Amino acid sequence: MSHVLSLLVEDKPGLLTRVAGLFARRGFNIESLAVGKSEIPGLSRITVVVDVEELPLEQVTKQLNKLVNVIKVVELDPTQTVEREHMLIKVKVDNSTRSAILEATNLFRARIVDVATDALVIEVTGDTAKVQALLRVLEPHGIKEIAQSGLLAIGRGPKSITDRVFKN
Amino acid sequence: MPAESIPVPTPSTTHPRSSEPEILTGSGAVLRSLEKLGITDVFGLPGGAIMPFYDELMSSTTIRHILVRHEQGAGHAAEGYASSTGKVGVAIATSGPGATNLVTAIADAHMDSVPLLAITGQVFSTVMGTDAFQEVDIVGITMPITKHSFLVRRPEDVPAVLQAAHHIATTGRPGPVLVDITKDAQQNSAPFIWPTEVELPGYRPVTKAHGKQVQAAARMLAEAKRPVLYVGGGVIRGRASDELLAFANASGAPVVTTLMARGAFPDSHKQHLGMPGMHGTVPSVLALQESDLIISLGARFDDRVTGKPSEFAPNAKVVHVDIDPAEISKIRVADVPIVGDVKDVLTDLAAAYNEVIKKVQPDFTDWWARIEELRKSFPLGYDDPADGLLAPQYVIERIGELTGPEAIYAAGVGQHQMWAAQFIKYERPNAWLNSGGAGTMGYGVPAAMGAKVANPERTVWAIDGDGCFQMTNQELATATINNIPIKVAVINNSSLGMVRQWQTLFYNGRHSFTDLNTGHETVMVPDFVKLAEAYGALGIRVTKKEEVDAAIKLANETNDRPVVIDFIVSADAMVWPMVPQGVGNSNVQYARDKAPEWEDE
Repeated sequence: MSHVLSLLVEDKPGLLTRVAGLFARRGFNIESLAVGKSEIPGLSRITVVVDVEELPLEQVTKQLNKLVNVIKVVELDPTQTVEREHMLIKVKVDNSTRSAILEATNLFRARIVDVATDALVIEVTGDTAKVQALLRVLEPHGIKEIAQSGLLAIGRGPKSITDRVFKN
Repeated sequence: MPAESIPVPTPSTTHPRSSEPEILTGSGAVLRSLEKLGITDVFGLPGGAIMPFYDELMSSTTIRHILVRHEQGAGHAAEGYASSTGKVGVAIATSGPGATNLVTAIADAHMDSVPLLAITGQVFSTVMGTDAFQEVDIVGITMPITKHSFLVRRPEDVPAVLQAAHHIATTGRPGPVLVDITKDAQQNSAPFIWPTEVELPGYRPVTKAHGKQVQAAARMLAEAKRPVLYVGGGVIRGRASDELLAFANASGAPVVTTLMARGAFPDSHKQHLGMPGMHGTVPSVLALQESDLIISLGARFDDRVTGKPSEFAPNAKVVHVDIDPAEISKIRVADVPIVGDVKDVLTDLAAAYNEVIKKVQPDFTDWWARIEELRKSFPLGYDDPADGLLAPQYVIERIGELTGPEAIYAAGVGQHQMWAAQFIKYERPNAWLNSGGAGTMGYGVPAAMGAKVANPERTVWAIDGDGCFQMTNQELATATINNIPIKVAVINNSSLGMVRQWQTLFYNGRHSFTDLNTGHETVMVPDFVKLAEAYGALGIRVTKKEEVDAAIKLANETNDRPVVIDFIVSADAMVWPMVPQGVGNSNVQYARDKAPEWEDE
């Protein structure tokens, strides 16, 4: 089962290696990873999707918490979380397929961001299901290349993970 | 008024003006930081990338540097120093191969929670990443085997990093911390600013346990019929032996001490059943197996203790006390998890237990009757070898008896390690040093050396094997030159004995590449007596039982140089009892083909 972990970490050299290495070493598979700055200077947020059962998840969370540069690890409840992926898709195009592809792009509220005579680059944002659905629609036309971000996730409502950390 | 009660402000001799921090080179800052941390002894070997620091170190009056012959020796010596005192051990090496030679010792310290500070030189920050001469990414290499690591590229970062490194290594669950310092960071200068406190927002070990959980544990113990206190190395690292003794006395429950915990509880205590696990005593193994409550204190349910985890202690509830939350429910799900410092937890637990027993009257009578029966039927013992050669167990037992519990015993890894754990009687913590988790052959001699540096007044024995001894015996030179008179007992069975035992038992006696040709009726390469003499140590060879005592006594009386005794023992002696790997602990064998009767529930 997939779980989404949100990590608040110190922005230190080698931090990503420590986190990724821990997953590899303890035999856990990372499905997706997104890293970026957080709202607090010097701290970054890592969003990890990991496919494990409940008990090993507890173990991986505890091990992550032991990393000195990891300040907080939270498992996000999917029902209380906004989740987004971002993907760029380069798809083959000719005169006979162009209108169908444009229509699909509009239906998915995606955008064309680059146009060539025989290819288009489409940008799409959404949860995993939406992004995968668009991919399935485009597939018959011939997908030349995709580039995808890791899953980004944030809890719904006014509370933030950093609030909780600095309240302690 | 006595003079010492008047506080006299003395102007600092090192600081020209108190308001402005002194300018030091990075190397000078390393030295000053180590002094401020109270470090008095370090082990190391210089090389190109650490030379600026060694230049500073030469002028230190407070820090004794012991020049080793191989960096692994520095690492294990620092471990022995740390494990025998509880203080941090410091090992220093240069970049590249110097640093990689520390890797085994760092991994060892990681597995056994030894507070170790490893300081390595790194190439100039300007050439890092270019495959420069003697460049390796030691921070990257050691990431999985350190508690934490730092790369220092600027001299101004030195004080805070070393302070943090020391703090991380010695607090919570102790462990190794590596500090890699580039040569330019050592050479350049910066103001020396010692932080007033360690700033580590992501590092806050829990020490005070949850009161409710402690209450629950106390109640469960009072209500249990067959409890066991399962004591691990955490009790030694956490300096909780006195609290353990008090709690054990108050509860009257049986106690077992793991390989890492030998000495945490006195062997002479009537509630002590000995060591559990693969080569544990039968009463200890079966008491855990038949128990209805295991109170785990600073232990981690290692596979060498539990055997097949799914068959371990099937009817036991588990109270798991550990300072590391990640150990709890890692192998065996805990019914009552208690995260905290075992010293504090034991105090709280004893208090809670004393309250509970006002209402619940514990009764372990039947349990003790069963244990006494096991003790009577299956005492630790050994047979004299059929080939007429010396029994290694006898040699080790006599070393313990003639030297006593105030000494320190450091073992290598293998059969001799197990016999030293079984047949030497430990009465105090920090007297038994060994490589438990990593199983590092070659640990013994340098660890003994480190322990002797930390405890010059104590007798220190290395109980080593002929295989182990050949991995690190170059440190005899260090010991002789630096006047560190350790005693080394080479239990010479002319083979990699534990592997040979497994080959005998599980590989149809096919002794594949385990003969070392050092012992009886072999070419004896090397000759350990000559080797000892070449290193300036006293070398003694013992082949007969009647020579054993005299040799040990001579060794104990010789303090002007190290001593090596080459005990030529039988290669056929085996470690018993034994639980074969991969099976449940109910399959413990007292001796070959002899299993005790297992009481079915």
